[in-house]
Amino acid sequence: MNRHSHDSDRRRLLRAMGATGLLAGFNALLPAYARSSIGGSHLNAAAAQVPGGKPRDVVMDFHVRRETIDIAGGRASAITLNHLTPGPILELWEGKNAHLRVHNHLDESTSIHWHGILLPFQMDGVPGVAFPGIDPGDTFEVDFPVRQAGTYWYHSHSGLQEQVGQTGPTVIHSAEDDGINADREYVIVLNDWTFEDPHRLLAKLKEMSDYYNFSERTVGDLMEDVSKSGVQAALRDRLAWGNMRMSPRDIADVTGYTYSYLMNGMHPESNWTGLFTPGERIRLRVINASSMTYFNVRLPGLAMTVVAADGKEIQPVETDEFQIGVAETFDVVVQPKADQAYTIMAETMDRSGYARGTLAPRAGMMAPVPALREQPQRTMVDMGMDMSKMDMGGMKMGGGSMGHGSMKQMDMSGSSQGPAGMSHKDHDMGGSKMSGKMAHGTGAMAGSMGTGAMMEQSGPIIARHGPDHHGPGNLTVANVERYRLGERGTGLEDVNHRVLTYSQLRNVVPMQDRRDPSRTIEVHLTGNMDRYMWSFDGVKYSNATPIEFPYGERIRLILVNDTMMEHPIHLHGMFMELENKQDDYLPFKHTISVMPGSRVSLLITADEPGRWAFHCHLLYHMEMGMFRVVRVSDQSGDKNA
Amino acid sequence: MLNNYLLRSGGSLLLFLASVSAVQAASNGKSDLDSVVPAGPMDSASGAPVAWSKPINDQKLHKFVQIDRLEYGDPEGPNNYLWDAQGWVGGDFNKLWLKTEGEGPISGGSPESTEFQALYNRMISPFWGAQVGLRYDVNPNPDRGFAVIGLQGLAPYWFESDTALFVSEDGDVSFRGEFEYELLLTQRLILQPRLEINASARDTPEYGLGRGLNNTEMGVRLRYEIRREFAPYIGVRWEQKYGDTKDIARAEGESTSSTAFVVGVRAWY
Ligand SMILES: [Cu+2]
Repeated sequence: MNRHSHDSDRRRLLRAMGATGLLAGFNALLPAYARSSIGGSHLNAAAAQVPGGKPRDVVMDFHVRRETIDIAGGRASAITLNHLTPGPILELWEGKNAHLRVHNHLDESTSIHWHGILLPFQMDGVPGVAFPGIDPGDTFEVDFPVRQAGTYWYHSHSGLQEQVGQTGPTVIHSAEDDGINADREYVIVLNDWTFEDPHRLLAKLKEMSDYYNFSERTVGDLMEDVSKSGVQAALRDRLAWGNMRMSPRDIADVTGYTYSYLMNGMHPESNWTGLFTPGERIRLRVINASSMTYFNVRLPGLAMTVVAADGKEIQPVETDEFQIGVAETFDVVVQPKADQAYTIMAETMDRSGYARGTLAPRAGMMAPVPALREQPQRTMVDMGMDMSKMDMGGMKMGGGSMGHGSMKQMDMSGSSQGPAGMSHKDHDMGGSKMSGKMAHGTGAMAGSMGTGAMMEQSGPIIARHGPDHHGPGNLTVANVERYRLGERGTGLEDVNHRVLTYSQLRNVVPMQDRRDPSRTIEVHLTGNMDRYMWSFDGVKYSNATPIEFPYGERIRLILVNDTMMEHPIHLHGMFMELENKQDDYLPFKHTISVMPGSRVSLLITADEPGRWAFHCHLLYHMEMGMFRVVRVSDQSGDKNA
Repeated sequence: MLNNYLLRSGGSLLLFLASVSAVQAASNGKSDLDSVVPAGPMDSASGAPVAWSKPINDQKLHKFVQIDRLEYGDPEGPNNYLWDAQGWVGGDFNKLWLKTEGEGPISGGSPESTEFQALYNRMISPFWGAQVGLRYDVNPNPDRGFAVIGLQGLAPYWFESDTALFVSEDGDVSFRGEFEYELLLTQRLILQPRLEINASARDTPEYGLGRGLNNTEMGVRLRYEIRREFAPYIGVRWEQKYGDTKDIARAEGESTSSTAFVVGVRAWY
């Protein structure tokens, strides 16, 4: 819906207000919750909290502007929301109504997608799919009853606007007591900021896909590997990767070379700080609103209790660190008892940088910032290699940081619970035939120089790739497809404290839709890193047709990651129940990070009519075509032919 | 249509909404099933009205221009300067490639060789493009046109390869293969060995070429990437002529092999 705003006086007034905001200085341009510490001493921790209050209908205006602001230690043109980046907290109440108005003050089309929110599809904010987009000068209004609670976010779905600031947090309060009983709540919004024009950034990736990778293996690394594991093993490893023309150091496409990583809009040096009184229960609503960056989040010295994933409550899990994919959210409760500061450390998965903030009893306190850990490496498991069929000998897989692990570091709690309480007639997922022992078994075949240990860490093989290699737009296929939901995220395999895994997520409510899926849809995540092409099933969006979900049916969606990197796959409009062996208590996800070489199964009840975007949430992967429309309708039969 | 989009709202909004349009209640917050498929023509990828813009820009054309080698060599050698540049414009599967290379003595006259190519590149596998097109040589004299069929891409073990067969307007068939490898001493200091091979199917003495293997040119260049896009280098280039080509060169009093130290720059955008 595009409603022309004919009231030019009003618009002029808004522009004038914009100018005032600018004149007020960059402090005003930071979100209230991010304004706590500029120059390192001034704290405004109270403003950082989620306000809360009595349940009510909410009317909120979002003014989208392009402004020059101070950010990440520099000055740049950003797209702001109400002069802020990230934008203001959108706070809603379950059971009440939301009326949101998006005013486009840009000279280009824009949009806001309400990520993870259940609403009529025409309000979902995806231009070209759900609505035509918001023209310059127009206002778009969405109005919907709030049907859920939890931590979500919002962002532009137009072009690359998300990269230049157009993101913000969403908090929906539960209609009933959620039992979390936090004394204080903060949102922790993570962003990756670049001073480059994102279109140029993408062009560089297209021209030289490893442009931003400054941690490739060097001659020095080869010497080190030779001294560690011998000439033969080191050379074999180099030859194996060279034969594939792939790099084990391909962890992130875009790195700290260009990115600054921000917490609530603030550079690590500015140190966003939230205050607490020792003994309080603090709920941190962690949102990965970045364009391309996975983070590892921890608070050294504090255990975290994870209470929600992607907004949806889970049975509490105590842990020390979690990896958060792009577009995911995790809610954690911490209870610092000591009168001391704690660092909130959000290290990037590729270790090329970090976002950081502090929880402190008083303004100005800070805790040590841990050093970045050694960069991870891809392994043959990530490549979907079948070790039993390769002449691996004593080949050392993946180099230095891998292969020292043992079974204790693989979380087996999920698999030990046996198959989920549902039928698995039409596929071989679910773990009833496969168990953790399988991993031992295959691992034993693969020699002793690290391969075996690595195989032990990785989940069991649950399927093999078919003959279709998805064409020139795809480099590799996962010959063997593993169940990897019990594994720690890339680079956290050997960390010697607890790390959250997907297999630990257990819903607080039992599954509502117990029907057997009426159809299984298998989608392969494909790409050609050399040419920076990204797609599903080797076909980019423009050459594809919508995926049909017949209205009212129960769908099993299987995602197979044929590439060697994680992809956070996001379905709009409906939650997916992740088949992680938690019996009837499968957790809901709106974004699932699919590990390389893995096969993931999700259940969806197609009860939200609409044209819904379905895509990789790595911004530049989406833009290259790793995108589909999922159509939930009662007409798919005739349209699908 | 507005009615479908605006749902029940709080009383405080009634005044505002009344100014927009009548409000239609849809209290479950879901869209009507019959609103999913538009009445008019729809886009095949989105299922949305065909007039709407696309959600993503995955069909954008990209471009690339690279001066792979622009170098100056030893004044003692036969050819003091050399250029080798290429670029493309296009999509993932279909590209137009343009290439030029040449070399010559710093003192006196026109370059020894000056060559241009325009090629259509079709991606035939993840790492390889097949190329067909035309080559035109301005030097050596007289000008010559060629038909080109080639294969360019990344071979296993990271060998950057560019191989082509040329058929001149006189029907002379020749082959050229260029292979490069990159050895990372550090993330920015890169040693690049390079090999070029030229061969001809028959003698063309007017161009100084004999049947069989004409020459090889080996080089090693050490570059430092100040930025990815800009890397000065130093290196050494060793050229050797063979067979009839060598004999022709000797007969004309030219050198049959040469070694030159070079300085140059590699740049792209
Ligand atoms: Cu992706």
